[in-house]
Amino acid sequence: MDDAPSTPGMDDATVGMDDVPFTIAGIDLPSRLILGTGGAPSLDVLDAAIRASRTGMCTVSMRRVDPSTAGSVLDVLTARGVRILPNTAGCRGAREAVLTAKLAREALNTDWVKLEVVADEHTLLPDPFELLDAAEQLVAAGFVVLPYTNDDPVLARRLQQVGCAAVMPLGAPIGSGLGIRNPHNIELIVAEARVPVIVDAGIGTASDAALAMELGCDGVLLASAVTRAQQPALMAEAMAAAVTAGRLAQRAGRIPRREHARASSPTTGMAVL
Amino acid sequence: MELTINGTTRQIDEGTTIAALVLAQAATTEGVAVAVDGEIVHRASWDGVLTGGQVVELITAMQGG
Repeated sequence: MDDAPSTPGMDDATVGMDDVPFTIAGIDLPSRLILGTGGAPSLDVLDAAIRASRTGMCTVSMRRVDPSTAGSVLDVLTARGVRILPNTAGCRGAREAVLTAKLAREALNTDWVKLEVVADEHTLLPDPFELLDAAEQLVAAGFVVLPYTNDDPVLARRLQQVGCAAVMPLGAPIGSGLGIRNPHNIELIVAEARVPVIVDAGIGTASDAALAMELGCDGVLLASAVTRAQQPALMAEAMAAAVTAGRLAQRAGRIPRREHARASSPTTGMAVL
Repeated sequence: MELTINGTTRQIDEGTTIAALVLAQAATTEGVAVAVDGEIVHRASWDGVLTGGQVVELITAMQGG
């Protein structure tokens, strides 16, 4: 199987660069990989991982000021020039999540929020009723709402209906590294989405991120898979490559799965030996 | 006077402004938000003086997924 002659001036490195931009709420992001900053053992390790990931946006959580803390994650993110996406991690109800988002807007001067409303500490699964309520309130208050949601196509639809700027279904529970447990549901969400779909949570290694993109997602958000890897910067680079590879493969159109073999060499013209 | 600051009871001087408390606790006013008695106090109002018995939350960004 010979490759077609390459177009003059277009080498292998540029063949996939005609992709549409990754856009959320009218803002183009330079990478389809969004990196969470939680779990990194130090700010230096985090900084190296952010650089290696080539991400354009990182999440932070909102917590009480601790006068004893040296250095700030904000300094690292600002120096790297990445967009800061505050989350509402730890919130268990809509009221708390809405107030946390408003504090984040005040502190960080952004109306973007990764909305997390979890049901319990054990599963960290989204509470769909509180999540939808909080999303609706925050959209009404002018926020760009990116909700961390279950891999439930119906809930994803409802979140879009109330005006969320993206939907971010989990692949598996937060920090579990179990990968994408229900690829079919992710495909169903992608099939009817009118906003970007970003797999958020559950990614364990590079092939999980590639699969998310192959399923048609617009982006991947991950934290622990990089920050808790043995070598975070190395894993960050792997994730960047995986997201790129998965996106290219999805655009290229994979071959259908077949039950039996199908020869790629011609079946005629065999020598009689 | 006595206030509750981030869950801890503290004595602070009468006449302390929110801005002064933020600077004392966070060493910066950048990236910080303030809630007093459950209500967000916008940055433009940080010259307001705190009063005894108030519950103050000072919030900033930390590492998080």
